[in-house]
Amino acid sequence: MNGDEACCEGALAAGCRFFAGYPITPATEVAESMSRRLPEIGGIYIQMEDEIASMAAILGASWGGVKSMTSTSGPGFSLMMENIGLGICTETPCVVCNVQRAGPSTGLPTLVAQGDMMQARWGSHGHYEIIALSPSSPQEMFDFTIRAFNLSEYYRLPVIILADETIGHMNERVIIPQEEDIEIVNRRKPTVSREDYLPYEADADGIAPMANCGDGYRIHVTGLTHDDRGYPAMDAKAQEKMITRLVDKIRKNRDKIIRTQNLYLDDADVVVVSYGISARSAMQAVRDARKDGIKAGLIKLDTIWPFPEELIRSVASRSKAMIMAEINGGQMVLELERSAFGACPVSLVSNFGGRILHPGLILNAVAKAAKEKT
Amino acid sequence: MTTAKAVKNVPPHPMDGLLRTERIPHIWCPGCGIGTVFSAVLAAIKNTGWDPNTIAMVSGIGCTGRMAGYIRLDSFHTTHGRALPFATGLKLAKPDTKVIIVSGDGDLFAIGGNHFIHAARRNMDMTVVCVNNFNYGMTGGQQAPSTPLGAKTTTTVNGSPEEPFNLCDLAATCGATYVARWTAMQVRSLRSSISEALEKRGFSFVEVITPCPSSFGRRNRMGTALEMMKFYQGRSVIRSDIDPSEAVVDIDREIVVGKFVDIERPTFMDHYEKVNRLNLPQWRAMHPDHQKGR
Repeated sequence: MNGDEACCEGALAAGCRFFAGYPITPATEVAESMSRRLPEIGGIYIQMEDEIASMAAILGASWGGVKSMTSTSGPGFSLMMENIGLGICTETPCVVCNVQRAGPSTGLPTLVAQGDMMQARWGSHGHYEIIALSPSSPQEMFDFTIRAFNLSEYYRLPVIILADETIGHMNERVIIPQEEDIEIVNRRKPTVSREDYLPYEADADGIAPMANCGDGYRIHVTGLTHDDRGYPAMDAKAQEKMITRLVDKIRKNRDKIIRTQNLYLDDADVVVVSYGISARSAMQAVRDARKDGIKAGLIKLDTIWPFPEELIRSVASRSKAMIMAEINGGQMVLELERSAFGACPVSLVSNFGGRILHPGLILNAVAKAAKEKT
Repeated sequence: MTTAKAVKNVPPHPMDGLLRTERIPHIWCPGCGIGTVFSAVLAAIKNTGWDPNTIAMVSGIGCTGRMAGYIRLDSFHTTHGRALPFATGLKLAKPDTKVIIVSGDGDLFAIGGNHFIHAARRNMDMTVVCVNNFNYGMTGGQQAPSTPLGAKTTTTVNGSPEEPFNLCDLAATCGATYVARWTAMQVRSLRSSISEALEKRGFSFVEVITPCPSSFGRRNRMGTALEMMKFYQGRSVIRSDIDPSEAVVDIDREIVVGKFVDIERPTFMDHYEKVNRLNLPQWRAMHPDHQKGR
């Protein structure tokens, strides 16, 4: 199956039973698969009037107690930013799959890019933390979609899958495990009475148990800054408290959220960092470099946000150079530079989208970086 | 803090059970008509006899949007204009829930206009109560898609150059199964219309012409809140069952009120079950239990 279809199957395996979306290349196949599959298993597919409505609808469905998702690409992702912010502020579990194409604006609808990395991080206004995952194959589309649901249910926020056109449309074998072999996480429910329940009072791990609509708790949910009761609280003190918790619940659990796949890191001189489809080009380049006798290594970012700062810092301190390979003008390379903190030179291999990175380009950069040192 | 103390000595109100009394006093201006509409909504809800745990209120942004913060139901104060798509997701995820949307004319028909026409077209089973005060009150009284031609607002100081929507006509054209309009002074009719709308299967819509003395009234020299309320009531002419396109709102001549639409039409869920060969009890049984595991 292709990556988009694998995303759909992953969502269903994770327990998703509501999908609201709007057609857009190259993410349409996610919606099409959902429209076929959801009614078969008692779920709801609805095509909304736009991506703003799609995002609003999945938040509503999530409060109705049903795991929900939407999928889109750049132009639709831009429209979703408003209600992604509502999802962050109200701590609503849901999943957004962005199958990236080249922008800005309508850009190249049918061609690959990875230009929405920073939009995923900072696209909605205000300060917040986000979780985003980046699959590099249809199998990872399946696996990461399940993980995205688990993370969203646990940490109570919209989790973003940053896929790309090539992964979305690529056909590869996908192994779907037996139901009992799939780990499923569901939102934590309150155990106290209605009178004692404070909807935004967090447990020790920073996560507040969530009462769904109809559970009898008669909750109030607002996108305004709110107190533990969920009531609007219009002052700096309330803002400080709320944002601190929204940020800390992700930051303090970084180790549990961040995942990378590392190759030849033990003795690598030159380390390529990449993600999504570009990580496959990078992997080829690193293997080719090894054949040429260059001690190259790879960090494949399975989790894009939060960024693995600690790992990068320690690898940078023992590397001769690090290289970011990505299909945009240089977005995650900024994070790489920030995290390397001058411990080694950092460079970028990229294009502006429309085609994937040729492994030869990355290999050249690796060879150049290795030579410069000696 | 002093106000909170003062509130403690107030005798219980018959609607206290449905109110988040700890949030009172509310933010609405003295003389604002929203309180009257809110009270009619509460009375209508009480009148249905439904279990409060099966009713949800969803609102957008604006003065009316704040109703969701004062009602003791599952209540959702969403983003500007997006109450309807949020409510759509909520309703489909939990089809047993009675969903009431309360919001203003600006929220529902300017920024949320696209969502309104599609929610009505789909015949989502929900009730929309629209407080129409002819302007954006929360932000200090700017022009709205309901502002009468020539009326003054902070963004139309020489008078609005735009013709407003006829909200009831729009709702009816888009497929609403129940459409009514009253002024905030016609409390009994308003209450019974909201009750009927709540009981109605499908997309029901009630528009309430509501005084906003602090902004719209002040700029258009309409006098005190009471004078404004009486003015709207005086202008109103009851013409139930007429074609909603003829049910004009012209504050200089007449405001046509009444019940304009009351029809039967299959809802989104009716069609969804039919085309997918599902029936609701089975569909419910197929829903995963989210409480499992934790």
